[in-house]
Amino acid sequence: MFADLPLLSLLIWLPILGGFWVLAVGRNDSNAPVARAVALLVSIVTFVLSLPLFFAFDSSTAAMQFSEKLAWIPNFHIYYSLGVDGFSMPLIVLTSFMTILVILAGWEVIQYKVAQYMAAFLIMEGLMIGVFAALDAILFYVLWEAMLVPMFIIIGIWGGQRRVYATIKFFLYTFLGSVFMLIALLYLYSVSNSFDILAYHKQALPMNVQVWIFFAFLVAFAVKVPMWPVHTWLPDAHVEAPTGGSVILAAIMLKLGAYGFLRFSLPITPDASHALEGFMITLSLIAVVYIGFVALVQQDMKKLIAYSSISHMGFVTLGFFTTYMITAHSNPASAAMAVEGGMVQMVSHGFISGALFLCVGVLYDRMHSRQIGDYGGVANTMPRFAMFAVFFGMANSGLPGTSGFVGEFLVILSSFKANFWIAFLAATTLILGAAYTLWMVKRVIFGKIANDHVKELTDIGARETLILTILAVTVLAFGIYPAPLLDVMHTTVQHLLEHISHTKVL
Amino acid sequence: MQNVYLAIVLAPLIGAIIAGLFGVSRRVAHTVTIAGVGIAFLLSLFAFKEVVFGGHTFNQTVYTWLVSSGIRFEIGFMVDSLTVMMMVVVTFVSWMVHIYTIGYMHDDPGYQRFFSYISLFTFAMLMLVMSNNFLQLFFGWEAVGLVSYLLIGFWFTKDTAVYANLKAFLVNRVGDFGFLLGIAMVLMYTNSLNYSEVFSHVDKIKDMTVQILPNTEWSLMTVMCILLFIGAMGKSAQVPLHVWLPDSMEGPTPISALIHAATMVTAGIFMVARMSPLFELSETALSFVLVIGAITALFMGFLGIVQNDIKRVVAYSTLSQLGYMTVALGASAYTAGIFHLMTHAFFKALLFLGAGSVIIAMHHEQDIRKMGGLRKYLPITYWTGLIGSLALIGFPGFAGFFSKDAIIEAVHHAHEMGRAGSGFAYYAVLSGVFITALYSFRMFFLVFHGKERMDEHTKHHLHEPPLVVTFPLMMLAIPSLLIGAVAIEPMLFGDFFKNVIFIEHAHNPFHAEHWHGIVGMITDSFAHPPVWLALSGVAVAYYLYLINPALPESIKQRFSAVHSILVNKYGFDQFNEWFFAGGARGVGGLLWKVGDVKVIDGVMVNGSAQAVHGVALIMRHVQTGLLYHYAFAMIIGLALLLGVFVIL
Repeated sequence: MFADLPLLSLLIWLPILGGFWVLAVGRNDSNAPVARAVALLVSIVTFVLSLPLFFAFDSSTAAMQFSEKLAWIPNFHIYYSLGVDGFSMPLIVLTSFMTILVILAGWEVIQYKVAQYMAAFLIMEGLMIGVFAALDAILFYVLWEAMLVPMFIIIGIWGGQRRVYATIKFFLYTFLGSVFMLIALLYLYSVSNSFDILAYHKQALPMNVQVWIFFAFLVAFAVKVPMWPVHTWLPDAHVEAPTGGSVILAAIMLKLGAYGFLRFSLPITPDASHALEGFMITLSLIAVVYIGFVALVQQDMKKLIAYSSISHMGFVTLGFFTTYMITAHSNPASAAMAVEGGMVQMVSHGFISGALFLCVGVLYDRMHSRQIGDYGGVANTMPRFAMFAVFFGMANSGLPGTSGFVGEFLVILSSFKANFWIAFLAATTLILGAAYTLWMVKRVIFGKIANDHVKELTDIGARETLILTILAVTVLAFGIYPAPLLDVMHTTVQHLLEHISHTKVL
Repeated sequence: MQNVYLAIVLAPLIGAIIAGLFGVSRRVAHTVTIAGVGIAFLLSLFAFKEVVFGGHTFNQTVYTWLVSSGIRFEIGFMVDSLTVMMMVVVTFVSWMVHIYTIGYMHDDPGYQRFFSYISLFTFAMLMLVMSNNFLQLFFGWEAVGLVSYLLIGFWFTKDTAVYANLKAFLVNRVGDFGFLLGIAMVLMYTNSLNYSEVFSHVDKIKDMTVQILPNTEWSLMTVMCILLFIGAMGKSAQVPLHVWLPDSMEGPTPISALIHAATMVTAGIFMVARMSPLFELSETALSFVLVIGAITALFMGFLGIVQNDIKRVVAYSTLSQLGYMTVALGASAYTAGIFHLMTHAFFKALLFLGAGSVIIAMHHEQDIRKMGGLRKYLPITYWTGLIGSLALIGFPGFAGFFSKDAIIEAVHHAHEMGRAGSGFAYYAVLSGVFITALYSFRMFFLVFHGKERMDEHTKHHLHEPPLVVTFPLMMLAIPSLLIGAVAIEPMLFGDFFKNVIFIEHAHNPFHAEHWHGIVGMITDSFAHPPVWLALSGVAVAYYLYLINPALPESIKQRFSAVHSILVNKYGFDQFNEWFFAGGARGVGGLLWKVGDVKVIDGVMVNGSAQAVHGVALIMRHVQTGLLYHYAFAMIIGLALLLGVFVIL
C-alpha cells in the first residue's frame, strides 16, 4: 500500500516545506503559538509517515527499498535517487522521532525568533533524512553541505556567549572535511561516469587509489563522528548550542559520519579499509579510553556529555572496522555482530545522549549554568527530575536493561574475537563510563542542597516529564527487547560483509 | 511451569512498579510489595517441591532478546536444585526484610521508595539465580548492582552515603570488567551463552591454550575462569575488591541484611558454583580462588576486632564469611560453599536485623562503646542475637557449625590432594575460627552485657521494638538454629546437587560412606581444633570485655602500630583514593589540558588558523590598493614570463 507513495520524498520535503510554512505564519514573535503548533504538527506527521518505513520494511532483502529515481542534471548523469536499506531506515525513523522531542523541548524555552527556530529544525530534519536516503553522490553531497546551514544558524543565533567561535570552528571543520569527500566523489565519477553510489560499490579500484579515496572520505566522516583527533569542535559546539541544537547534533548529526563509513568507505574501498584497519581501530580505542579520561575531569555538564558522546561513538567505529580481523579468525558471519553492535550503538546513543542534553537543558533553563560546581542536592528540590537523571545516567553507563548496554555488549563480545587486547581496552568503558557519568550525577543530583539557587528550583512540569518519559520508555524498550531493531538490519549487514570480503583490486 | 516461574519473578517487579511510580500511600506501598514477595516465596516453595521431590527440573527460553551472527541471546529460566534453593532463601529473607522494614523505616519520608527498591532488588536477584544463560546472568548481576547503588545512597543528602554508593558501583564495575571479558571468551570458544550448551562444549576446548601476551601459552580454561572469577570478586567483595562492602553500611540496615549480607554479595559464590563444570577444569584457577578466599577470610576477620560501629563489625564478619565460601569453591567443595551461603544467609540476616533492632532502640546510635547491658531491655533481640552469634562462630549444633566444619574439612582434603595454596588456606580458615568468635562475642558482650554506658535519656526510652521488627528476628532464628542439621546430609553427602554441581570424583571431599550422622559429627568435632578455637575465642572475648575491660586498652597502647594498621584497614582505601581515583583524575586532566587544549586545539587547529593568518599578513602587503603597484607587478611578471619563454 505504500509502494505507490513517494514516501522518502515526502519525508524530505514535508518538513522542509513545513519549515517555510512555519516561517510564513510566524514572521514575528507575536504569532509564536501558531508557529509552535504548526511545527509540532509537521514533525508529528513526518514521524507518522516514517513509521511505514519500519513496518513495511522487507528485512529479507539487502536491496534498496522505497526507491525513487528522477533525472536531475542528465548531462552529468546526476539523478534525484533515493532509497533505504537496513542501515539508513532506522536512522531516518530516529531522526523523525527526535525532531518531535526537540520541537517540544524548545516550546517555552525559546522566546526569541520562535518561528525561525522551529523552522530551522524542521528544515534540518528534511535535509538529514535526505542525506540518509540519498543514493546519488551529488544529491548526498549537496544535502550534506546544506545541513550545515541550519545548524550554523541554530548555534549562531540561539547559542551561548562564545557561539561565534563555536560556529566558525564547527563550520570550518566540517566544511573542510567534506571538501575532500567532494574530490573523491568527482574522481569516482571520472572513472565510472556515474554518480550512483551503488555503482561505486561495484567499481574496481587499484590499491593506491583506494587508499587516497579512503582518506578523503575519512577526513569528512571522522570530523562528523567525531573521531580523535578531529573531535575538539564538538565540545565547543555543544556547549554553545541551545538544548535542541545539542540534541540534534548528538542524536543525529554524529550518526552521519558513522553512516558514511557504511555507505561509502567500507563498500567503495574495502581493500584500503582492510589495510588500514589497525589505524582505524587504534583511533576508535583512543576515543574510548583517552576521551573517557578526559570526560572524567570536565566541569561543564555539556562538555562532559559531549566527550561521553565521542567515547561512545568510538564503539561504533570500532565495531565497523574490527570486521576484517574477526573474519580472519573465524567465519565471516561472526563479524555481523560487530557491525550490528555499532549500528545499535548509534541508535541507542541517539536516545540517551539526546535525553542527557535535555536533562542539562532542564537545569540550564532554571539556573542558567552548566557548571557542575554550581549544583548539588538537586534531588531534594526536583525529585521527579532526579529519577530521570539517574536513569539516563545509568543508561549512559551501559546498564543492562537499557539500550546503552546492547551496542557496547555486542561490540565488546565481537571484538574479543578479533583480539583480546582490543576487547580489554574497549571494556574499560564499563569503568570509565560509569565513573564520569555517575560522578557527575553524584555531584549534581545527590547531596545536601548546595546553595540558594538550588533551593529555589522547581521540579519538571508536564511537558518536560512527557519528553523524558517518552525517551525513558524507548531506552528501556530497546534494552529489554532489541530484537526488532536488529532484525531489520541482518540482511543488509550480511550483504555488506559479503561485499567487502571480495577484493576490488584487479 | 513456565507461568509459575514468570509469576515468581514478576510479582516482586509489579509490586516495585506500583510502590515506586504511582505515588501510592504508605500502606498500599508496603502491602503490594509484601504481597508480591510473599507470592514469590510461596511459589518458590512450590517450585522447590516440584524440583527436589518431583525431579522436574526446568530449562526453557522465555523470549529471544536478539539474534546476531546466528547466535541467539535469550532470556530464559533454568530451575534445578541449586536454583530453587537460592530462590527460597532469597524470597524468604526478602520477605522477612520487607516486614521488618515497616518498623525500621516507619518515620522515613522515603518509605514508598524504599519498598519499591527492595522489591525491585528481589526481582533482579531472582532473574540472576534463575537464568539459564550468561546474558541474563549479567543482566541480573548489574541490576542488583544498580539497586545496591540506589539503596546505599538511599539517604542521598548524606555525603558519606553518596560517596559510598558511587564507590560500590565503580568497584563492582571493575569486577564486571573482568566478568564481561570472561563472558566474551565463553562466547568465542563455545559459540553460545546458554549454560547447558556451554557445558556440553567444554570438553572440546579444555585442552586449548591462548596467547594473551606474545610468546606465552596459557590454558584457555584458566584464563576464562579467572576472568569470570574477577566478576565474583567484585560482587562477593573479595580482596582487593572488597573495599566497597564496609562503606555500603551507609545504607539503611534492612538492606544491609538483605543485599549486603544474605543475598546479593553471595551472587559471586553462586555463579562460581553454577560454573563448576568450567572451574573444575583448571586447577590453577581454583588455586587462585582458594588463595583469594583465604586472604579475605583471615584478614578481613582481623578488622572486625577493631571496629566500634555495630554494623561495621557485622560487615567485616560478612567479608570474612564470604572468604570462607570462596575458599570452599577453591577447594572444589562447591557444595560446601553453597551450603555455607545458605546457612550464612539466615544467620547473617538475623544478626543484621538484630543490629538494626538495637539501633532503633538506641535512637540511631551505632557505637558499641556507648551500649552495654541491653540484655534486660531487649530480650527477644538478645536471644535471637545469641542464636545468630553462635551460628556464626560455628558452635556445635548450630547452622554455621555444619557448614564451616565442612569447609575446613574440604580445605584439609584439598591440602591432601596437593592443591597449590591449600596449606596457607587451611591455616587461614582455622585461625579465622578463633578470630570470628573473638570479634562476634566482643560485640555481643559489649552490646548486651556489662555496664550500661549509654546516657540517661537513651536509657530511659530503651524498650524492645514492635512485633514487625521482632517477628522477622524470630523467624530467622529458626533456620539459623536448625537448617545446618537438616540440610547437611542431602546437600553434601546426598544427591541434592547431583547433575547440578560437577566435581571430579577425586576432588570431592564428601562421600556418602563418610557420613555418620549429625550426632556423630557433633561428638567428633570435639576431637578437632575448630570447636576449641571457637570456644577459646568466646572465652578471650569474655575475659577482655567483661572481666578485665581495661586490658584491651592497654593492648591497644602496647601494639599501637598493629592497631593503626587495622584501623586504617591495611590502607586499601587510602591507596585506591590516591592511586586510582587521583590517578584517573590526573590522567584525565593531563590528556585534556595538554592533549586536547594545548596540542590539538592550540597547535593543530588554532596553529593552522594562525598560519593562514600569518601568510595573509604577508600577502596583504602586496595588495596595497595602489594601481601603479599592480601595474608594476604586472609588467615585472610579464617580463619574467617572457624572459623564461625566450630563454627556453
